[in-house]
Amino acid sequence: MKTSEPKALVVDKLEVTFDRFRALRGVSLDVMPGESFGLVGESGSGKSTLLRAIAGLAPTTGGSITVNGKLLGRNRTKAFYREVQMVFQDPYGSLHPRQTVDRLLLEPLAVHGFPDIEKRILRALDEVGLGSSFRFRYSHQLSGGQRQRVAIARALILEPSILLLDEPTSALDASVQAEVLNLLEQIRRDRKLTFLMVSHDLAVVTHMCDRLMVMQNGAEVERLSAADLARHKVTQDYTRNLLVASEGFVRPDVPAA
Amino acid sequence: MSTLLTVKDLRVQFPTRTGVVDAVRGVSFTLGRERLGIVGESGSGKSQTGRAIMGLTPPHAKITAETLNFDGKDLLQISAAERRSLRGNRIAMILQDPKYSLNPVMSIGRQIVETLRTHEKVSKAEARKRAIDMLAAVQIRDPERVYDLHPHEVSGGMGQRAMIAMMLITGPELLIADEPTSALDVTVQLDVLRILDNLVRDRGMGLIFISHDLRLVSSFCDRVIVMYAGHIVEEIAAKDLHNAKHPYTQGLLNCMPKIGANKHPLPVLDRKPEWAA
Repeated sequence: MKTSEPKALVVDKLEVTFDRFRALRGVSLDVMPGESFGLVGESGSGKSTLLRAIAGLAPTTGGSITVNGKLLGRNRTKAFYREVQMVFQDPYGSLHPRQTVDRLLLEPLAVHGFPDIEKRILRALDEVGLGSSFRFRYSHQLSGGQRQRVAIARALILEPSILLLDEPTSALDASVQAEVLNLLEQIRRDRKLTFLMVSHDLAVVTHMCDRLMVMQNGAEVERLSAADLARHKVTQDYTRNLLVASEGFVRPDVPAA
Repeated sequence: MSTLLTVKDLRVQFPTRTGVVDAVRGVSFTLGRERLGIVGESGSGKSQTGRAIMGLTPPHAKITAETLNFDGKDLLQISAAERRSLRGNRIAMILQDPKYSLNPVMSIGRQIVETLRTHEKVSKAEARKRAIDMLAAVQIRDPERVYDLHPHEVSGGMGQRAMIAMMLITGPELLIADEPTSALDVTVQLDVLRILDNLVRDRGMGLIFISHDLRLVSSFCDRVIVMYAGHIVEEIAAKDLHNAKHPYTQGLLNCMPKIGANKHPLPVLDRKPEWAA
């Protein structure tokens, strides 16, 4: 065993350009294996684009991405998709409406030629807290929280080492959000997964992640640890504004009517 | 405090192929010129309560109430025409997502003018002037320019401000805001809330603020109604929320992650069947 473990994910000066719009302006980050890293920012800040660029869903025009020590080229290999899986924001839009949960979970296994399909599907469902009774349901027969569990099961069934989470709970109720966040934390502990998680909610990110990066206009504003954020040890005004905003509405002093 | 709206034993039922779904089951409250929050999860009936007051429930649904009284008028007895003249004029509603609730093929200014001229006899020139003034009142920096823009040309926060402008141009007495900030970024959220807050205070409106975000509602409203499975489980002054008695309210408060609090795993709601009774 080497003394210095290779980093799970290294992004170096990544650029993404849509037509003439620079969505990412030289963003760099590195994530250690087993770490949970958060990306925060307002809409249009490029946080989702960064995630999609890593997954190969956005056109990169500069910089490099290294996953588990391997530099990624223009095309992603099949092996890459076994290592890296993504969970999308909207559980209503990311599951095929005409396929049963069984088909949804079968497809990645078939693509990658896994053996023991039957056992794996049952285990995946069990792991996300859905019984085998959910196996032959369609996604419209599930609630939002259950759908997101299926999406997580689909991502986990290939036994990836890195999970990209794009606002996994922002379409869910607060009570269901708590359940899904707990599930994600437990899976990360059990499987020693690396998380890269995007959220607009500072509270969710500080709850889930050890370190985080604040983004604005496609560039990094600040990188800090969740502990520093909790202690309000921030250096940038933008981060401070986000912190204040996440604490709820404060009525300016009003003379009593 | 004068009472603006009285709701007593409001019920909304949807007949479906598999039987009748009770979306709202006996909701009662009164509203003066104050900010009232309605909180609950999806499916708790909070939006259907707002829609029933507004008169936007789908026609196949059945609405019954002992009293549904707005400023002396029984909303369930008056004619459809009378209801229409109230809607958008004295009672207005702000919806969640400006992307879907604004007309995509009409400029923002024309939509606001349309609302105004439906309810008041004003000249075109005056309507335009009032629309621009209203856009300025919701803190849109360049109202003359935004007047001619189409909804897809503005950001979500700007669209929501335009929506608020459209709803407030007739000077309603009762404003129902159904998740007005849920589709917006946190920083923009606060701007929109500040605008709403000022307008409600300056104009003395009654506001019903419907949201799933208990913490946001408690920081904004005077009084909060918590709904579960179509009925009210608790009504509480916003400042006393941390002393909420009902386990559902406490559960909703506790299950949210908080910056600085280190709760792993997060407490989850343990739903009891008797809450729905």
